[in-house]
Amino acid sequence: MTVDDALSAFCTWLAGTWLSHTIQTTSWIIPSLQTIHILSVAVVFSAAILVDLRIWRLLDRDAPLPELARRFLPTIWPVLLVLLVTGSLLIIGEPRRSLLNSTFYLKMALLLVAILLTGWLQRSISSSPNFWDRDLARQIAGRLAATVSILVWCGILFAGRWIAYTQAG
Amino acid sequence: MQRFWELISYFEDSGLADNIRENDVLFPLIESVHVLSICLVVGSILVVDLRLLGLASINRPVSRITSGILPLTWSGFAVAVASGFLLFISNATKYLANGYFVAKIFLICAAGLNMAIFHAISAKDLPRWENEAALPLPARLAGGLSILLWVSVVTCGRWIGFTMQVH
Repeated sequence: MTVDDALSAFCTWLAGTWLSHTIQTTSWIIPSLQTIHILSVAVVFSAAILVDLRIWRLLDRDAPLPELARRFLPTIWPVLLVLLVTGSLLIIGEPRRSLLNSTFYLKMALLLVAILLTGWLQRSISSSPNFWDRDLARQIAGRLAATVSILVWCGILFAGRWIAYTQAG
Repeated sequence: MQRFWELISYFEDSGLADNIRENDVLFPLIESVHVLSICLVVGSILVVDLRLLGLASINRPVSRITSGILPLTWSGFAVAVASGFLLFISNATKYLANGYFVAKIFLICAAGLNMAIFHAISAKDLPRWENEAALPLPARLAGGLSILLWVSVVTCGRWIGFTMQVH
């Protein structure tokens, strides 16, 4: 039995559960879950982008970076839990749409990078007030990290929308 | 009204609209840009709204928040309108017949009106109270209303996808 077969069997089992059946047959549940999911993405994405743009000194320059990071980055973690719950329910409702879709795994891989990068940025910024400002090398490294963060978060949003267009069957 | 429909069919029959309709990648691509920019609009304006409600960033004056955040909100809004227009012209007649699309447009106008009223009337004496944590009722009302309206905009936007199948 290959991994694909096992996954497919798992999807079939999941789609047959009571919870999946309820999500499938109640027409307002999936759009509502997707709406909550997108609104949560808006919060997480904006929080990360605001800090990234501040590292580039493109936005809110009069606010010190540590203060800005303290105001925005901690919000990301509890909202990620909301995303985990709504995302899981969406998968339970339509298992094949995601679990048999390579775009979904790309999104999860990018998400892992984004989580690690954001956690690291949050820790480094709070460790010392001028962590990314000490010298030219640090400034370049900070901007590089911010750029990667912007690209990875944008990639997550693109992949998320693309799941709808690459689903099997 | 005649002129309006002429304009709609002018855009819908254009080569650009045809390309977006027929190309497999173009529609999802523009749609992704649309979702991304709306996320920026909603997420960034939420920062301002929560400040007006006195729920976040309360130790920063309102004008410092708006001058720091709104450039991003407006940039996102410009991209959202441009990408939304491209999606719209690809199937203009169908979108106009969709209640959620029409509701979304009106809700965006209402959000703009709410903001304009706040700037023109409620924020006239902003320097007097913008440092307070708890702001006057009109300011809190504007913040709360803004959150409600933008949540409704996103809700309608998602519902458009479920009530009209163009792809």
